[in-house]
Amino acid sequence: MPEPEGLFCVPGGFYIDPLRPVACAVISHGHSDHARPFHKRVIGTPETLAIMRLRMGEERAGDVQQALSYGERVTLGGVTVWLAPAGHVAGSAQVVMEYAGQRAVVSGDYKRAPDPTCAPFEVVPCNLFVTEATFALPVFRRPDPAHEIAKLLHDVRLFPDRTHVVGCYALGKCQRLIALLRQSGYDGPVWLHGALIPMCALYESFGIPLGELRQATVAEKSELRGGIVLAPPSAIADRWARRLSDPVVCLASGWMQVRQRAKARGVELPLVISDHADWDALLATCEEVGAPEVWVTHGREEALIHALGLRGIRGRALRLVGYEAEDEGSEAES
Amino acid sequence: MIAFAALLERLAFTPSRNTKIALLKNYFAETPDPDRGFALAAMAGALSFSAAKPAMLRALAMERTDPELFALSYDYVGDLAETVALIWRDGVVRPNSVTPGLAEVVAALEATPKADLPGLVAGWLDVSDSSSRYAILKLMTGSLRVGASARLAKTALAELGGITPDEIEEVWHGLEAPYGPLFAWLSGRAARPESGEAPVFRPPMLAQSLEGVDLAEFDPTDWRAEWKWDGIRVQLVRTPGGERVYTRTAEDIGQAFPDVLESLGDLGSHVVLDGELLVMQGDEPASFADLQQRLNRKSPGKAMLRDLPAGVRLYDILFEDGEDLRGLPFDVRRKRLEGWFARLTPPRMTLSELIPFENFSELAALREAARSEGIEGLMLKRADSLYVPGRPRGPWWKWKREPLTVDAVLMYAQRGHGKRSSFYSDYTFGLWRDGVDGRELVPIGKAYSGFTDEELTFLDRWVRTHTTGRFGPVREVEQGLVLEIAFDAAQYSKRHKSGVALRFPRVSRIRTDKPAGEADELAEFVRAFLSGG
Repeated sequence: MPEPEGLFCVPGGFYIDPLRPVACAVISHGHSDHARPFHKRVIGTPETLAIMRLRMGEERAGDVQQALSYGERVTLGGVTVWLAPAGHVAGSAQVVMEYAGQRAVVSGDYKRAPDPTCAPFEVVPCNLFVTEATFALPVFRRPDPAHEIAKLLHDVRLFPDRTHVVGCYALGKCQRLIALLRQSGYDGPVWLHGALIPMCALYESFGIPLGELRQATVAEKSELRGGIVLAPPSAIADRWARRLSDPVVCLASGWMQVRQRAKARGVELPLVISDHADWDALLATCEEVGAPEVWVTHGREEALIHALGLRGIRGRALRLVGYEAEDEGSEAES
Repeated sequence: MIAFAALLERLAFTPSRNTKIALLKNYFAETPDPDRGFALAAMAGALSFSAAKPAMLRALAMERTDPELFALSYDYVGDLAETVALIWRDGVVRPNSVTPGLAEVVAALEATPKADLPGLVAGWLDVSDSSSRYAILKLMTGSLRVGASARLAKTALAELGGITPDEIEEVWHGLEAPYGPLFAWLSGRAARPESGEAPVFRPPMLAQSLEGVDLAEFDPTDWRAEWKWDGIRVQLVRTPGGERVYTRTAEDIGQAFPDVLESLGDLGSHVVLDGELLVMQGDEPASFADLQQRLNRKSPGKAMLRDLPAGVRLYDILFEDGEDLRGLPFDVRRKRLEGWFARLTPPRMTLSELIPFENFSELAALREAARSEGIEGLMLKRADSLYVPGRPRGPWWKWKREPLTVDAVLMYAQRGHGKRSSFYSDYTFGLWRDGVDGRELVPIGKAYSGFTDEELTFLDRWVRTHTTGRFGPVREVEQGLVLEIAFDAAQYSKRHKSGVALRFPRVSRIRTDKPAGEADELAEFVRAFLSGG
């Protein structure tokens, strides 16, 4: 049931991604709007728990942390709970709940596009599916990320004296960008804003190789010429970026698909790369899980519920507040 | 189309002129004929397709999309062509399906009857990605905002061909899309295209600012003086090939000034004149604000033509009866201009008067005394100066009136663009007035320039440390910093809360020495600068 604290599982007595401190929380993934501090008991994938410890410190990341690997089951108040990969960021999970012969899946944030830095989304057939709707409009259909990376690399070749600074969220987007660059054959150093370094190190400890990374903050301006620098979105057009050599401001985000959004952010090279399901993926997923009823948590629920209705699926808007697409936030301000 | 679409996208988001030139050069160098020629035509606004209307786009999209989903999407995106481009489903790519080339699209749009257009366009959209779809849709509806002017494209072409943009201007108006002879010339494969009898644009001669030049070193007898009128510089061209009214950046504005264009018909066989376009009140030039109203209108109505008639004050003659006079000295050209003017007494035209003077201090006094609205200052031209395109240093000087200044208080700041995107470099400033709740500041304008790099650093830091509120990208600051604002003129304005607007305001000094409370009053400002208005 939707409650002010977040989604609450009545028979199980636990919350999923609660906004306020609770007794028992199942956490879908480590983004700060989903994983919040000071819960008594926290259940999540080992990666998600490690991300929480890194971001908020051991003592704030839950009094009791209980790691649950994908597929491993735990029983909470008669409800069998297990986690399935959501393909959003490393450790991201859908929360599967089985009770009285029925199965509900809370998908958290998810995407269907391949991502070298996390396990792919797993379709779990269910009776009730709870989905996000961050990009639920038919105008959001993502190009192949390889195409966007090629666009970036083409620009780097075209402007070899400038520094390309790519705004990206510290958890997930940053590491995926690096991995995509490596996949495309880019083997030069990738320069990082200081705020991005700890998370990259954690990803590498998960066994996700990111190649040569260097700290941009201490580098000479001339060293960064012709290079690619990753930085939190809040830093790319502010004082921090003045240390760069004639920067080309890029931003990797699903919102970059809409020109006005890119213009408003002062972005010179928008890269349409998102860790959320696009329109086609949202609809396909809702159909594939076979649930007759779909609850929509946050985003543009109106369009999604309308489109589901056309497919004979009953949709319901939960209007949960407090969850933002990470691209819009400025969490990594520091 | 893919390369063109990528270029458009990259240009649209780039604030830097040099980056745009680099992108254009790269595109023109790597794109074959005739695609690059049509791209150039698109940027120069030389393409238009009458049959393709926005309503057709909407209908096309509606055939394939649920109406409610389309409405929600359009509402979110805010632009019809962009919505259609994004919402269109990528087609099943067959081995033989290719995104159409730019030239193919242009040719087909010109040749296809209106009824067949939707099917043709749908076919293109099916085999294109979203950025190519956007380019096709924007191109056909004529709302292609390229983010690069025709002049910028020509500058890029000139750099590519190792010539000056002016050399391109000189042949430009005799050419047509896709400009094969132009590209052939630039790549050294052919000779310079001949303009023949076409009414082409002749790059104008411009003056440098006299600032910092010591007049004592000049011999007054070597110089001629004229008023510098506050209109826009134009070139009037009449040849057997037609009549044109060009701005000094080669923009053809004849449509907006049919009154002037018509009067060119009587000018004889082949003449090119240089002058100032003004709105006239009887024999006197009206204010720039009046001209602005005409400039804002692409094709003026009858009432506007009657109430705000345009005229041209002639400075120079470049061609007479087909003879190129540009290689003759100023004094000789002036005699030719006067003779030509006396013979034809052309309607809507007046001669710019030569101001007699003995010495420069006499001129300086005249310059300060001239408070007519239409006068910006003086022009000094060497008697022997040839008409040289560009802005050569030495032969012509503009001697503007001292700018007017006002002490205003900084109220809001916003970040700039491009190189300045990390700096609060756009400043809104205001003056004091008595409001309902006592003395208050009312904004009178915005300035983006005039400061040095050090001053910018100071202002940026000041804004960041004195912010009192934020409205989106705008910071409201403490009412504590006085800026001396220089401006060219003040006028009444209904669009501004204060009722006044400044022409070309810039920050001339930062008055940290002056308490904000002692900045100027709006009422005082109106009395000083708008009393004649």
